[in-house]
Amino acid sequence: MTTGASGAPAAPGRARFRRPPLSVWTERLIETVVIASGVSAVVFVAVILFFVVREAAPVFVSEHFSLREFLFSIEWYPTSLVKVRYGVAAMIVGTLAVTTLAMALAVPFGIGAAIYLSEFCGPRLRETLKIVIELLAAIPSVVWGFLGLTVVNRLLILLFGASVGLNVLNAGLLLALMSVPIVVSIGEDALKAVPDAHREAALAMGATRWQVVYRVLLPAARHGLLAAALLGVGRAVGETMAVLMATGHAVQIPGGLLDPVRTLTANIAAEMGEVSQGSEHYQVLFAIGVLLFAITFLVNLTADLVVRGVRGK
Amino acid sequence: MRVPRRFVTAALAVVLPLAVLSCGGRRHGVATVLLDRGSDTMINVAQAWAEAYARVAPEVSVEVAGGGSGVGIAALIEGTVQMANSSRPMKPAERDRLRAARGVDPVQIVAGYDALAVFVHRDNPVASLTLAQLEAVYAEHGAAERWSDLGIRNTACPRDTIIRISRQSSSGTYDFFREVALRNRDFKLGTLELNGSKEVVELVGHTPCAIGYSGMGYATPAVKMVPLARAAGAVAVAPSPRATLDRSYPIARPLYVFVAGEPEGETRRYLDWMLSPPGQAIVAAVGYVPLPAGHTEAGR
Repeated sequence: MTTGASGAPAAPGRARFRRPPLSVWTERLIETVVIASGVSAVVFVAVILFFVVREAAPVFVSEHFSLREFLFSIEWYPTSLVKVRYGVAAMIVGTLAVTTLAMALAVPFGIGAAIYLSEFCGPRLRETLKIVIELLAAIPSVVWGFLGLTVVNRLLILLFGASVGLNVLNAGLLLALMSVPIVVSIGEDALKAVPDAHREAALAMGATRWQVVYRVLLPAARHGLLAAALLGVGRAVGETMAVLMATGHAVQIPGGLLDPVRTLTANIAAEMGEVSQGSEHYQVLFAIGVLLFAITFLVNLTADLVVRGVRGK
Repeated sequence: MRVPRRFVTAALAVVLPLAVLSCGGRRHGVATVLLDRGSDTMINVAQAWAEAYARVAPEVSVEVAGGGSGVGIAALIEGTVQMANSSRPMKPAERDRLRAARGVDPVQIVAGYDALAVFVHRDNPVASLTLAQLEAVYAEHGAAERWSDLGIRNTACPRDTIIRISRQSSSGTYDFFREVALRNRDFKLGTLELNGSKEVVELVGHTPCAIGYSGMGYATPAVKMVPLARAAGAVAVAPSPRATLDRSYPIARPLYVFVAGEPEGETRRYLDWMLSPPGQAIVAAVGYVPLPAGHTEAGR
């Protein structure tokens, strides 16, 4: 900005080049809003973390609560009349089991679909497929849960002779279907971002299309593909409603894919509604929230380190 | 499905002032406010009564709150409420305290019954169960893990495992079943906890290996209700309103309303309406067992 004009008596010709005050103020306002939006993400995370930790904090010093029991015992009896026990180990295992299964299904299918969409598919079919996949992402999770409760439940009993249709497999299937659209769209973007020069160079060297994909595109797009997989994991770990309905909500270490389990998120959702505020049970539910924060943080940190490791090579 | 109490309270906090304001314009305000507090098991039926009574007698507003049977009785002793809902009889100590504080005896009114049926899939051949068997199935460290442990060949369930289905730990149904069938012991780990009575019956209907419990009003053609015996030699009784009323069915309890001294005025009118056919129809509608016709006075 010019400051010379303000001090000296301004010539009529020069004054016209000064920006009108309204424009200056508007720009400052926009700048502030943009900065605030950027900072707000940090502020929100900090405030949420603060609130969750504050609600959970009293229980960590309570005599009925031991961190060891909390993390390593499978006995979850928050309302017991005999002996109250707050062990979430079974729910940690349940969350991991459901998420791992979902990712084992969603990542290969999702990345495969992304490769097809970006490399092999004609433009018209691609547009149709993308719309359908986006529709899949738009289905609310409670609808997925209902599907699990009614359709998948019966199918699993019919096809696999499961004792009960609400189990790891049911929830894993639903979560896989819910995460696939995320993996596909981000995976496709990552593949599209690889410059065409790479493809052309490989084809000019006599590589087949498969070799182009396997040797050139996948290594070049690995960061984006990893991000796609991790966002899928995030979706699966955080999902609540569908797993509440489809896992069977039973506290136990699953012995196989056909055993019911309970996840951390579903447990909070099911019990927070009626627990009396400030009670020990309420605080323990918030402690589970802190644990979920820690798990998400670990996943992100690992992802970050992996990406850096990949970059370092 | 039970409505979470906090939502109800929040909804009431929003709706009540509005209701009072909107009525105030037309009817110069509500003439009488009756306060009713107590059992969480009964909060659904108590609220349904209050809502229906608002149409019968618009000049009377009944305000319902939960907190538990003990909380309601304590409020009755303090004189902060006119009626206390309770899913258990009043203890002698509580009767004494009421007499000391208010100078009157409590009047106990049976307003309906809560009876839980044990459900299995309709293809399950089980003919009856004893309470001890039920405890062995459901309670922590209980011995029965498979249908064959109970001497039952459940051919519809090839893996033979008993899938135990329960309600979520915050529900009154869960508490009642734990108290009567499990003698207050804890549920076995790995018990499925569902969020509604209807959901339990539906899942049992789809699952040949399953056993579950819910109010008997929730029965469907896909499930069957298991007759229960109090002890090994005793006669097994199928759940029915009649067996509930003559106390031969073991998992049932009366739903009480307590008042301090003989009820008078609007309280009496409300209680009489509660025991009348329209009031009892509401008991059946929310899944409990209504008083038999003509027994309304005997309930007092």
